[in-house]
Amino acid sequence: MTTAFPPGRSLRSPKFAESAKVALGMPQLRSNLAHATGTIRGKRATVVGELDDWESLRDAAAAIKADVQHRMPELAVAFERKATEAGATVHWARDGAEANRIAARITREAGADEVVKVKSMATQEIELNEHFEAEGLKAWETDLAELIVQLAEDRPSHILVPAIHYNRTEIRDIFKGRMSDAPTGLTDEPAALAEAARLHLRRRFLSAKVAVSGANFAVAETGSLVVVESEGNGRMCLTMPRTLISVVGVEKLLPRFEDLEVFMQLLPRSSTGERMNPYTSIWTGATGGDGPEDVHIILLDNGRTDVLADEVGRQALSCIRCSACLNVCPVYERTGGHAYGHVYPGPIGAILAPQLEPGRHDDLPYASSLCGACYEVCPVKINIPEVLVHLRQQGPHHVGEKAAMGAAEAVMARPRLWRAALGAARFFSLPWRKRGSVRRLPWPASKWTVSRDMPVPPKETFRDWWKERER
Amino acid sequence: MSAKEEILARMRRALDGAGPVPVPPREYRRALDEDADVVEMLIDRLVDYKAEVHHGVDAIEAALGDAKQVVVPADLPTEWRLGRSVFIEDRNLATEDLDGADAVLTGCAAAVAVSGTIMLDAGAAQGRRAITLVPDHHVIVVRRDQIVGHLAEALPRLHPTRPQTWISGPSATSDIELQRVEGVHGPRRLDVVILGD
Amino acid sequence: MSRIGLFITCVNDALYPQTPKAVVAVLERLGYDVDFPQAQTCCGQMHANSGYRKDAAKLAKSFERTFAGYDAIVTPSGSCAAMTRDQYPDLTGTDIGDRVYELSEFLLDHAGVEDVGASFPHTVTYHPTCHGTRALGLGDKPLRLLRAVDRIELVDLPEADQCCGFGGTFALKNSEVSSAMLDDKCRHAADTGAEYLAAADNSCLTHIGGGIGRVGGPRPIHYAEILASTT
Repeated sequence: MTTAFPPGRSLRSPKFAESAKVALGMPQLRSNLAHATGTIRGKRATVVGELDDWESLRDAAAAIKADVQHRMPELAVAFERKATEAGATVHWARDGAEANRIAARITREAGADEVVKVKSMATQEIELNEHFEAEGLKAWETDLAELIVQLAEDRPSHILVPAIHYNRTEIRDIFKGRMSDAPTGLTDEPAALAEAARLHLRRRFLSAKVAVSGANFAVAETGSLVVVESEGNGRMCLTMPRTLISVVGVEKLLPRFEDLEVFMQLLPRSSTGERMNPYTSIWTGATGGDGPEDVHIILLDNGRTDVLADEVGRQALSCIRCSACLNVCPVYERTGGHAYGHVYPGPIGAILAPQLEPGRHDDLPYASSLCGACYEVCPVKINIPEVLVHLRQQGPHHVGEKAAMGAAEAVMARPRLWRAALGAARFFSLPWRKRGSVRRLPWPASKWTVSRDMPVPPKETFRDWWKERER
Repeated sequence: MSAKEEILARMRRALDGAGPVPVPPREYRRALDEDADVVEMLIDRLVDYKAEVHHGVDAIEAALGDAKQVVVPADLPTEWRLGRSVFIEDRNLATEDLDGADAVLTGCAAAVAVSGTIMLDAGAAQGRRAITLVPDHHVIVVRRDQIVGHLAEALPRLHPTRPQTWISGPSATSDIELQRVEGVHGPRRLDVVILGD
Repeated sequence: MSRIGLFITCVNDALYPQTPKAVVAVLERLGYDVDFPQAQTCCGQMHANSGYRKDAAKLAKSFERTFAGYDAIVTPSGSCAAMTRDQYPDLTGTDIGDRVYELSEFLLDHAGVEDVGASFPHTVTYHPTCHGTRALGLGDKPLRLLRAVDRIELVDLPEADQCCGFGGTFALKNSEVSSAMLDDKCRHAADTGAEYLAAADNSCLTHIGGGIGRVGGPRPIHYAEILASTT
């Protein structure tokens, strides 16, 4: 028997669910992700456990970020003033396109047609590389994982480790196939792969005229920018070229230099599970004879002020991009980052993407079982489950589901109807009573019975038993 | 309206009616317990990062190993320039010269025991950033009085607006299967010489 | 004498009478008088978490009316207790959640009892459900009660803190991901070799039990039923 509409046609499947299904069908991907996230979870737990004041640090960080959000105009202006006094040129960009235009113009004015790049989420968000490509400029990623992704012509799938979806053998194959100067006989030892990347990029670092970076923190009190990294590619970009362009989201502000004592304890331990990342660079404008002389900072809005306007949702602006929430998320661990369809994947992406690009990621707040593991590890205490529920309550609802939910509420709000409904459920499940469970149900309940039995209502309810007892 | 004016206006609109937020609580630690041995802890962390640790000024020679050309900041104390190496003072050395050197020898501004972090802030005996970046081997001399337990104790010792580099072990990456391997673009070898008891 | 109202939750109302019966048995054994207000239905969590705020608010109001006269409201669900405590203040401005106790909270924090005089001669593994553990902050309270049960043999569940994949409508909207999470939970449960898998929420147990029904493994059981047992 066929129905007029194939099941699923009338209720449009959300994008995430579709791509998640694809990811779930890739055993190598799932094994790579499980291995990597499992490793980092263990490392994080160890170094976090070393600090007996971890919760106090989280409280401080959350409060400092809330303070930043409430004083954002004042702090942004103070930052601009201090950075400018120190010799930087500060630009403001309403959106990604404006930021890209400014960055491309500075690059051209510096007499360059290519830039070296430090890993930066902001420039990925605004698709700076693609914009440069379209303008005939080339942006070279220098972070090892970004390099892997760029060589593979792939997209990043993790905030901290963009190539987390590849294992060492796959990376070796990418290098061998796509890196012109890959050493012959390259093995899949991580150390050998790192060495290959070093050789590949060294000339470029030492001769680049322009670098593009993001920033982890922007200190309003001093006008300083902070970049946290591991490999030294960041230091290369921030030190060697004459011109430096940093694209910085306005939410990256911190009021005081002293605040780094909080965030520089939380960030490395939460992200790579290290007591401290190998390198942190802090610079303030231009310093004669030391590093870039032509220093530009692009303060980026690109939807952030809209997020700021939502009292519940604005806490997403506290994110320091550590990716601890990705690593503990049972959904992310099984689907990987690509399924989210946004540069920010995982739990933080599920609350950030729909807010930064309203209407385009309405299914992401549902890509969570609300298990709360993300909130538990978030170093700045973003209550991700709270924001997920909040966004679900703001977002559009499917007509059929809305009707069903309304009907359920109408019944549940009236005890008499509710008791009648329970009675009806018991009656209709009579045929399965003996077996105790149902194995197959029609759509949409088939989405449950595809992998789980459904229990049937009991012969005697608690209510009946209670009444009997009262008598 | 300029982009700046527009963004600031959007912020103000977004915050319209938002009440004040409480002063952030700062109940976290600012120092280690008094009986903590910060030198021992620093060494433990550095070794964990695969840095080598030496003691006393005479150990500088061993720390430099067989490095022939060693870049030093012009104000590096002469008593640290020990051993068989040729010490090249950085007077605006070209990048190629830095790339050709075997090692760099500097002091530091502060060191944090809890995280094994050595901080450079372009102050005395530290030089500019490029000299501690391009050579493949960095030897840092840390005086005992520069070692503090906690990050919060170190920040006041730094010059906030001079270029800073915080170093916690040699260059490393965890980008492949989240397994840490030492040595990518920054100096692949880090030696630390601790002076004083 | 304080009045104790029993909130059994809609899931137990529809499917699992044995759980609230067990709660009554345990509380009465400890000398408490329990009342069951017939007007109760659902706490509104499904609506709230699926994005239907207005519907949820109506159910929250109805809960508030039903339980207004009670000093303590005991429920065998960490998830529903968390709903009343975390979401009600924002939904309707009520603080009735402060008087709602998940069973183990009531027994340990209110009654001050760890050994409820139960006996259960079986091997049991315990799954700490997400909302109970994280949102409500139960910690190991249910487990502490289980440890005090006579003749029970508790076996650790590997990767116990991982979500089973239920998540309310998540199990339908993202059925494939949910099923993948469930597969792992069922595998770990079976690996324990335990006879029973206990938890503090029958909604999660419905999910895990539904999976175990397909692949085999320990029998799902609400921990209240173990506390009620005197065999």
